[in-house]
Parts: sequence; C-alpha cells; structure tokens
Amino acid sequence: METATKHTEENKQTLKNEVVVDIDHISKSFGTNEVLTDISLKLKRGENVVVLGKSGQGKSVTIQCIVGLLTPDKGTVKVFGDDVAEMDADELKELRTMVGFLFQSGALYDSMTVRDNLEFPLTRVLKLTDRAEIDKRVEEVLDGVGLLDAIDKMPSDLSGGMRKRAGLARTMIVRPEIMLYDEPTTGLDPITSREISELILNMQKKYKTSSIIITHDMECAKITADRVVIMNEGTYIAEGSFDELKKSEDTLVRSFFNETT
Amino acid sequence: MAEQVITGYKRWLEGIGEQGVFFKNFFRNIFRGGFEWSEFVRQCYEIGYRSMLLVGITSFIMGLVLILQLRPSMLEMGAESMLPKTLAVSFIREIGPVIIAIICAGKVASGIGAELGSMKVTEQIDAMEVSGANPLQYLVVTRILATSLMIPLLTVIGDAIGLFGGYLALNFTDDISFSLYFHKCIASLEFIDLFPALVKTVFFGFAIGFVGCYKGYNSNKGTESVGLAANSAVVTASLWIFVIDAIAVQITSLLFYR
Repeated sequence: METATKHTEENKQTLKNEVVVDIDHISKSFGTNEVLTDISLKLKRGENVVVLGKSGQGKSVTIQCIVGLLTPDKGTVKVFGDDVAEMDADELKELRTMVGFLFQSGALYDSMTVRDNLEFPLTRVLKLTDRAEIDKRVEEVLDGVGLLDAIDKMPSDLSGGMRKRAGLARTMIVRPEIMLYDEPTTGLDPITSREISELILNMQKKYKTSSIIITHDMECAKITADRVVIMNEGTYIAEGSFDELKKSEDTLVRSFFNETT
Repeated sequence: MAEQVITGYKRWLEGIGEQGVFFKNFFRNIFRGGFEWSEFVRQCYEIGYRSMLLVGITSFIMGLVLILQLRPSMLEMGAESMLPKTLAVSFIREIGPVIIAIICAGKVASGIGAELGSMKVTEQIDAMEVSGANPLQYLVVTRILATSLMIPLLTVIGDAIGLFGGYLALNFTDDISFSLYFHKCIASLEFIDLFPALVKTVFFGFAIGFVGCYKGYNSNKGTESVGLAANSAVVTASLWIFVIDAIAVQITSLLFYR
C-alpha cells in the first residue's frame, strides 16, 4: 500500500515535470523584417508562463507558431513531443482541439449569438449531437465566466470585457490541455483587467490547463504567472518568478516593473 | 523600371498560383464529410431572396427600356410584330444573364468580400482555424455553392420579369393581349436559346462566389483591406463574367450553329 502511494506520488511528479510545449531556437521573418531571432521556451504541465514584452517584439508570433498558424523559418516547436511543422492536416486539427487560443479581441463570430459561438466548436470539432449535453456544457462554461445572462445576445451587444469572457468560454468549452492567451487584458479598464486575470487563474485551476499568457499588463502577470519570461528584440532576455524579476538589477527588466511597483 | 515590371509580373503569377490552390482546396472541401447544410441554406436565403427585389426591378426596367428603344426601328422596317420575339431572344440569351450577373457581382461579391475580409481582420477566421473547425468548409464552400445555385434561379426569375416589363412597354403604344404576347415570346425560343444561357449563369454564379470568397479570405489584416477586398471582388467578378460570357458564346456557336 505504501509502495503504491509512493509510485502514485512519483507519477504525479513526473507528470508535473512533463514538458507540454517545447520551443527550440525558433526564428521568424516577414520579408526583410526579422521578428523572432532566437526563441526557446519550455512549458511544463500545469504551469502558467507569462511572456512580457513591448508591442511588436514577436510575442504573438511565438504563440501562433505553437498552433501552426505560422511556421518558424528555423528551429522546432514541439507540442506533447510532436513537431508541429511535420504534422499533416488531421494531426494539426487534433492538436488544435488540445490547445486553446484566446485572441486579443476575443474573435467572437459576429453573425452568431453567444450560445451559437459556444456551440460551434462542440458540434464542429467534438461532433457532439446530443442537445441536452450541448446545452449543459454551454450553460456550465458560461456560468463559470459569469455570462449566463448574455447567452442569447449578439457579440455586438457585449462590452469589451464581456467579449473576452465569452471568447474565453468558447475556448474553454472543448476543455483544452494547453491555453494560449494573446494579450487578454489589452483595452480593458483596470477593474475588468483584474477580473479577467483572476478568471484566467480560476479557469486554469478548474480545468487544470497549462498556459502561456502574452501580455504587457504587469497586474495580469502578477496575478497569473508561475514563471515570467521577458522578451526584447525577438529573443528572451530574462526569466524567473515575478518576485525574482522584480528585484532584478537589469535596466530593461526594471523598466517593466517600475511602472507598477 | 524593368525590376518593377518583373516584380509586378511575379506577383501576378503568385496570385494565379494562390487562386489555383484556393480552387483546389474548395473542391477538396466539398467532398469532405460534414457538409454545412444549415449555413448553405442561410447563404441561399441571403444571396437569393435578398437579391430578388434588386434583380426584379433591374430586369423590369431593362425589358421596358429595350422595347421602347427597339420599337421605332422595328416600326420603320414594318416588323413591329417581331418585337416580342426580338426581346425574348436577346433578353434570354444575353442581356438577362449578363445584366443580372453584373448586378449580383456588385451586391453579392462585394458583400462576401467585405464579410470575409472583416472576419479576417477581427481574427474570426484564425479563431475558427485554431479551434480545429474548418473555415473553408463553413465559410467558402457554402457561399460558392449558394451563388452557383442562386444566380441561375435569379436569372430565370429576372428573365420572366424582364419579359413582363416588355409587355407593359408594348402596351403603352399598342394593344396586345397578355396571352398573345407570351405565346409569341415562348414560341420564338428554342432549346439552344434556353439551355446554354442557363448553363453559363451557373459559371457566373461560381465566379461571383469564388472571387468574393478569395478576395475576402486572403485580404490583409488592416481595416482598409476590407474595402479593398470588396472593391476588388466586384471588379474582378465583373471582368470574369464578361470573359465567361465570351467563352460561352463561342462554345454555343461551335456546338449549335455550325
């Protein structure tokens, strides 16, 4: 019995150390504009990594490489051990059911109600047909983000914060194992930003996801990060916990923290 | 200067290549499982039903104006009784399909281009793709098939309304019964007038849907690109309609009038 418990603990530890996303020395250019020069990043299971950096440094490009929206010019991106660049269409589709992506704007389908937006991945990706099951999942995830009252509203009737919540709900409804957030609090007031950051944390705990959060919002980073990496001119310049980096002597690193501390 | 010409030529060739790939992906996605029937029906309603009033008014005026313009010349030649036949043949063979297709290129191709373009700008197409759904199947296949089906239907309705407009115009000055007018129209038409005209409208519809979808789906990620996609869709689709018409007339002549 004692051995069995020990093995379970070991398994848990191994699982926790499992690298789910492995970005290895990638670079990416658009024409003559080199956006990523040399990026390497490992995301472990259950971990929240926040990528900080000024606008136009290639943060979004990095996470778009993870889901195969963009292909790096050099280097590899492995998700659950498989190279994304070598995946065929079906493998890529399968990968995308395991990796959720929250866009900066929420990217809600504006010709559909909130309910239809949430049903879309359930019926098209998970191929669910049972009406009761679909309704249950939609209502459960909308309740989780506090938007149950807006279920039949059109995206144009929602505020910026509500759109982000609905976008998060639509991504979470397929229960992905990895979440990629592209500037989830940009354009929101400080109170709503804090609410969204806390919601990200709550959803991570509830659905046990591993996340990469792209942001330049220090409050969001403080709330959500297990580990922070700082990006500048297409490469990472510092890495550590929020509190470690806060004490850094590096001028560039300090410039991020000075605004909030 | 020479470099600019070469770059422009290269870009043009790349554009053709991209359209070829888009065409291939469209066909591949028709036969993939899970056809989006509800979206297809919605698009048929949006494209067909919502264009009906515009097509109806345009066709009515065209029929009316053609009779008013033709009458003095025909009267001069003592061929007034040939007016229903002349209108029927010219309207059903050529004027109806081309005018209706051009009207639909303005309304439908620009609408599709702008809609997909704005979906691209607001990252909705990317969101669909990264969710594991198939945006080509949902957005492109349904729209192209809907235009390919609806433009012929709109043409049939527009032709009928155009002939009715001609009947009213004829009655401004002459007195001809409704049944006699339509008997003369129908009697003057043969299979080779109706069938090729209807077949070419399927290609017109395809061109309108394809160009609208291609321009919108491949627009850049800036707000100005939405306008560019809509504008470019109308111009290119209109041009394609004339090219297809010219080819269709040649084929019809070779097959039926030798």
